[in-house]
Amino acid sequence: MPNLVNAPDRVNDFVVKFANVNGTGSASANSLIMKAIFRMGVPVTGKNYFPSNIQGLPTWYEIRVTRDAYAARAGRVDIMVAMNAETYQRDVREVASGGYLIYDATWPRSVVLQRADITVIGVPLAKLVNESFDGVRNRILLKNIAYAGALAALLNVDLEIVNGLLTESYGKKPKLLDSNTKALRLGYDYAKQHLGCPLPLRVERMDKTSGHIMIDGNTAAGLGCVYAGATVGAWYPITPSTSLMDAFKGFCERYRVDPATGERNFAVIQAEDELAAIGMVVGASWNGARAFTPTSGPGISLMNEFVGLAYYAEVPCVIFDVQRVGPSTGMPTRTQQSDIMLCAYASHGDTRHVLLFPANPEECFYMAVQAFDLAERLQTPVFVLSDLDIGMNDWMCRDLQWDDAYRPDRGKVLSAEELAGLDKFYRYVDRDDDAISYRTLPGVSPKGAYFTRGSGHNQYGTYTEDSAEYQVVLDRLRRKFTTAAKYVPKPELLGKGGNEVAIVSIGSCDGAVREAIDVLARKKIQVDYLRIKAFPFGLEVESFLSAHATIFIVEQNRDAQLRSLLTLETAVEKAKLHSILSYSGLPMTCQPIVDGICGVLADAPRLSAIKR
Amino acid sequence: MSFINKPKVAHPALPTNALGLTRRQYEGSMSTLCAGCGHDSVTAAIIEACWGLDMRPEQLVKLSGIGCSSKTTSYFVSGAHGFNSVHGRMPSIASGANAANRELTYVGVSGDGDSLSIGLGQLVHAIRRNVNMLYVIENNGVYGLTKGQFSASADVGTKAKRGDVNHSPPIDPVLLALSLGATFVARGFSGDKAQLVPLIQAGMRHRGFAIIDVLSPCVTFNDHEGSTKSYVFTREHYHAAMEADFVPHAEPIAVDYPQGESIPVELHDGSRVVLRKLGASYDPTDAAAAYKFIEGKLTQNEYVTGLIHINEAANTEFHTLNKSSAMPLNRIPYEKLSPGRAALEKLMGRYR
Repeated sequence: MPNLVNAPDRVNDFVVKFANVNGTGSASANSLIMKAIFRMGVPVTGKNYFPSNIQGLPTWYEIRVTRDAYAARAGRVDIMVAMNAETYQRDVREVASGGYLIYDATWPRSVVLQRADITVIGVPLAKLVNESFDGVRNRILLKNIAYAGALAALLNVDLEIVNGLLTESYGKKPKLLDSNTKALRLGYDYAKQHLGCPLPLRVERMDKTSGHIMIDGNTAAGLGCVYAGATVGAWYPITPSTSLMDAFKGFCERYRVDPATGERNFAVIQAEDELAAIGMVVGASWNGARAFTPTSGPGISLMNEFVGLAYYAEVPCVIFDVQRVGPSTGMPTRTQQSDIMLCAYASHGDTRHVLLFPANPEECFYMAVQAFDLAERLQTPVFVLSDLDIGMNDWMCRDLQWDDAYRPDRGKVLSAEELAGLDKFYRYVDRDDDAISYRTLPGVSPKGAYFTRGSGHNQYGTYTEDSAEYQVVLDRLRRKFTTAAKYVPKPELLGKGGNEVAIVSIGSCDGAVREAIDVLARKKIQVDYLRIKAFPFGLEVESFLSAHATIFIVEQNRDAQLRSLLTLETAVEKAKLHSILSYSGLPMTCQPIVDGICGVLADAPRLSAIKR
Repeated sequence: MSFINKPKVAHPALPTNALGLTRRQYEGSMSTLCAGCGHDSVTAAIIEACWGLDMRPEQLVKLSGIGCSSKTTSYFVSGAHGFNSVHGRMPSIASGANAANRELTYVGVSGDGDSLSIGLGQLVHAIRRNVNMLYVIENNGVYGLTKGQFSASADVGTKAKRGDVNHSPPIDPVLLALSLGATFVARGFSGDKAQLVPLIQAGMRHRGFAIIDVLSPCVTFNDHEGSTKSYVFTREHYHAAMEADFVPHAEPIAVDYPQGESIPVELHDGSRVVLRKLGASYDPTDAAAAYKFIEGKLTQNEYVTGLIHINEAANTEFHTLNKSSAMPLNRIPYEKLSPGRAALEKLMGRYR
């Protein structure tokens, strides 16, 4: 029986971190625990910190059990499941005072016993597993399940739920189900017999997860593309966006294959590079299909040339940028929001693009659909700026909903009949005074034929080097961006709106911001919060900025890119925008937001926002 | 270039095709290329080919990159959509467009700079992907619009107008395509329209990627003594190994071909190319032999023209491998694309 350090009773509010070796199959054991807790009705978040590697490097997985359903990373570790000898030293250090460390006690580990303020729990996992199972690979995999069993006992996780999950995974493979169930039981029974179960940090049933799912943003976005009616996906593999196309393809194979003929109502093209991937999307969209490409920062850099063409020739296209840490190759398996400026003004010449900022997987689903509607309505590229945290981690979201009455907004596309009624078709004339012109598709009618080009053209679609003719088109494109502001999703306002201090943020910062707002409220600091969902910024953003005296811009990059974009594209006074930046590559926590706001307010004590 | 606009009225006695259209109705805007440019002859051959195929103008999709050759897509079939994309990236536009609608006829026109330097990556991958399109390279060995730099197809020892000599070995599009398993590989000469027209027609009807490398001299920057891409040099060194006649599927083969000297190849739509052998032992269905033959001739500065290789039996066209629906993807009604609310509700169970 280990000597338990007195810890506060923290039911349904703690963090378990798993330190593993990449490629050892630990992911399934970790998600087993997370999902079991979720099924007990207790909100959880999962964050995966993995290396850019296939096998051998350290990898961590973090489960935050959060009765208040906070979506952000907690920024502390209460229980470390230290399964990687190589990282013991740092893993031990990371445990919060009063926390726990669980390790494989098959071999003596003097190094893990260095801290007096934590409880070290040894479970002879390798010994237990080796006595019951054969085969090196098998033993490695089952050792993970064994620690999941021990953890289930320690955390008071319902073993029947865990068993149920195993049955769902291995129901069709009785041998695997049998060994997994047995390994789970080994760990569970050992903990029950030898350790004080459950720990003060433990799980108790709640009812806060019904109507919710655990899903990652890339899966949700891929599903959104299916529901949007996308038929052509072109891509070049790049972390962390790859799983988006994997999801799209998987769903299409399930929903878009004619069972009778095997005919497929979709095409997924693995391109030779990102230049080709976006070219295929432009070609397919120009030809009337809903087409998209998922990528990340380095891919966006390569796509710039075609993005400019699509902007100027007014071809719809949808680009998912699952942002990762830059610059250059950066840290491919870490998260950031550092492509904001890159995407807003992608390509040479005067260009501005529509951006959408989903905050979680649920929004990835809906914004995927919106992106196609916007791209076709506005005949322009639309970027969905997700990030690795949203895209690859499992988030608790409300069930995704679908209205069968939805029909895609294909925008202004002339049919053969409509063309027949025209004297002559001109591609770039502003007939409706909304700066959006009519387009035609190849193959429909010779009357709709026009020559699409990235070279200078006039409103009639013909080549020009005439200054005035060129400017007519360019000025309409500027007006079209004003039209775009009316169509894009409105920002989300939290708070009464009358507070002097405000937070403006985007995307995956949302969880940390909301948690920070609760913390600040406990400190009697009231703030208003505006989450921007799209660029161009609409009137709502403009008026929110002008209504608040002190505004904190929270974002995950070094150079305050959102703040820059706000100062460039709104009338806001730069001096009243304070930046709170997180660019470590790890998902944001609420702490820097709380500290940042308290720090500035402490320097300006007269601010009436501090209501003591 | 010419500054005279084309008259709109056609003479009533002009011959019409099965659609009742004259050749004039397959023309495009006025060429802005230099007078005597080989590319204009290729444009004329494409017009003739489309007219002869009785193609509805809107059935054609014209794609190009950047450069003199890429401009020419606006000089033919004005009733077809055209896409003058970015430098070297036409193959990806073509691949995407073709993925969206498999029913149209896609013709890409590119040059040696656009295809063999900046666009080499996209070209080879379009060949690998076996996109159903005709890809015409108007090959003149130089960059015209930027005033005469060597391109990647310039031969070793060839002289630029200003006297520079090229020392880097050329990339030959025909050998390149053969090495990649292309199923239709041809070479033509802009000065030989009679040979070029049936090649273009057969290439358009071939199911898969058809590439025609057309030697098309640049009168302004590469037509001087010492150039291996001049009219004079090309006329002396091009060597028609294989004449092709294109026979639309409705027509019987009218010409008598001597036994053993002709190879009829049926295309997937029922039309045929009849290959007339000019060399005794040449077999255009044998890619490896074709490669060896062409390579050998190139070392002797001989450009073999004609339909060099055809593999109509290959079942590797993009949509065939993708098992795409027969109905073009851009026309499938939304109701068939959305799994609907009930499916989503069911799917949610997977994520609990």
